[in-house]
Amino acid sequence: MSTPAAELRASLAPEESAMESEQRLAGAMRGFAREVGALSALRLESCIHCGICAEACHFYVATEDPKYTPILKVEPFKQVFKREASAFAPIYRWLGLKRDISVAELEEWQHLLYESCNMCGRCSLICPMGIDVAALIEQARRGMFEAGLAPKELYEKAARQQRTGQPEETAEPYREKLLAIGRQFGVSIPLDAPQADVMLTVSRTDIEQYPKAVASLARVMAHLEVPCTFRSDGLIAENYGYYAGARDWQRDISRRLIDQAIACQAKVLIVPECGHAYSVLRWQAAELYGAPLPFEVRHITEYIAEALDGGRLKLRPADAGATAFHDPCMLVRKSGVMEAPRKIMRALGIVPNEMTHHVGFDYCCGGGGGVVDIERAAKLRYRAMENKLREIDDTMARTFLTSCSDCRRTFDDAKRHFDWEKTPQSLLELVADHLQEQAR
Amino acid sequence: MDLVNFARGPALKAAFIFFFLGVAWRLINVLLLMHRRDLSEPRRSMASSLLGGLKAIGSRSWPHPEFIPRTGAGEALGYSYHIGLFLVILFFAPHVAFFGSFVGLHWPTLPNSVTTIISVITFTLLLAVLFRRVTHRVLRRLSNFDDYFSWFVVTLVIVTGLMATAHVGGPYPTVLGLHILSFDLLLVWFPLGKLMHAFYLFPTRAIDGYLLTRRGAPS
Repeated sequence: MSTPAAELRASLAPEESAMESEQRLAGAMRGFAREVGALSALRLESCIHCGICAEACHFYVATEDPKYTPILKVEPFKQVFKREASAFAPIYRWLGLKRDISVAELEEWQHLLYESCNMCGRCSLICPMGIDVAALIEQARRGMFEAGLAPKELYEKAARQQRTGQPEETAEPYREKLLAIGRQFGVSIPLDAPQADVMLTVSRTDIEQYPKAVASLARVMAHLEVPCTFRSDGLIAENYGYYAGARDWQRDISRRLIDQAIACQAKVLIVPECGHAYSVLRWQAAELYGAPLPFEVRHITEYIAEALDGGRLKLRPADAGATAFHDPCMLVRKSGVMEAPRKIMRALGIVPNEMTHHVGFDYCCGGGGGVVDIERAAKLRYRAMENKLREIDDTMARTFLTSCSDCRRTFDDAKRHFDWEKTPQSLLELVADHLQEQAR
Repeated sequence: MDLVNFARGPALKAAFIFFFLGVAWRLINVLLLMHRRDLSEPRRSMASSLLGGLKAIGSRSWPHPEFIPRTGAGEALGYSYHIGLFLVILFFAPHVAFFGSFVGLHWPTLPNSVTTIISVITFTLLLAVLFRRVTHRVLRRLSNFDDYFSWFVVTLVIVTGLMATAHVGGPYPTVLGLHILSFDLLLVWFPLGKLMHAFYLFPTRAIDGYLLTRRGAPS
């Protein structure tokens, strides 16, 4: 039987396993110190230990295990802040009120920060003090990354994506796969145009698992007759640097897309159906880049909704029957994309049967924050998502839609695991299937 | 100098000085830390985002309806004892005379019998709060010295106040002196522990409310 230490080592990338205890502690301190500014200090100082955030977290709701209380997930870093940087740090140290953190504690917290948190932000909505708990968890992940404690699945994908632009090694490069998808679905793939109004990006999940979603993006853009292009050197929308907590890698991965958008003089960069990719580019990339982005970042559902508003796009009614829609957390709670998918559904003649908790308050699919990629998180993830599946079933919907490929992948995985009867579908694919030719 | 004069004289003065300097230092310490400018393209205008921040100050005073089934009872308990404390602190006749003398103002008071009943209820609620903290799995897991000591100093003020009102526990001047000393202790502990939430509450709600509104996200 393997020990927890052996399990931990197995969960890390070789570069991380090789780190000494002192390096881990120093890394955690360095990583978190970089993140602590006035805003995070205010958030850390404000917590009154009311425990209410637990009630918003699907991991706690499913297990009732107090260790899954969201604010507890940043406890080691709260301790560090209070002990080292808060107003009365010397007094806390003198009275022994705030302990120093240990490597063992950091190792224990790896599970809490990576495997049992989707960074979905539901806890941020419930906090009576108004603390954005999820933002603190993002920062804590950055400390954990510096401590060499990011799960290997995220670390290795982030490292590869930072180096090559692809999170995974593939027999054939994504550029070739993209062109192959165009041939498979009979749609032209605009690639490497030197100049285009719109730069398109693609989700690695879509390339690997949902090629029709990729073809649908190209089809919708062709229908809109907007000069657009994919760029071989800035293709993948996902950002594993964000998931891993690797701030510099996140910056480099975003930078690859930014540089390409600038190179082709794009006015708009479109993120496909991927929640975190949008959130990272829309809200965090400029800060890491060091200047406002010289183009707009739009999620594909926003772009389609704007086209519907402008009369540039018309859709035929879809025979979807009773339909449920899952709002990806990164799009609604982190990014405010709430109305666009509903506008699109209305244009398709769909009135969704809303879940008990919906739009800004819906439960996460359970796979966000990179959790779906982490092998040893699977058991807990399945438990946490049962409640979500029940809410979807309760809508009595025949069609189940979403607008994030990672959510879709997580639900597809649940379909296999639970023998769940529903098949998650892409809203974008539905749009592409119901484009209405307009009289010219 | 007897106990009561010490408590309301030099001890109170020192406690107030510590309180004001301590609170100011804790707030300044946060402000002194760096702040990164948000360079992303906002979804909402500055005015609308600021309004969202102000709105969050009020709206976070009670949970969103979606959360009430799971959190309503706990929040109601929290609010109840806060309201009790404020009523007794601000409207008990001797308190009005005491605090009024500092600021040169006087305001209407509640009858002593009413404030006594409110104090007893508040004390009972504080016991319930403690019971909940030690029995609720999440609260027990989260709680530290600050949580328990903050509860203790608040409860001590209520208990000694009730003892002074009921003339129990010793000669009235001594019990009154203990009551005022317990208040001095509360003033000293205030900037050191979680009682500071009284000052952090509004900026935190406002700033995160502003940031979420700026993104067009629910707040």
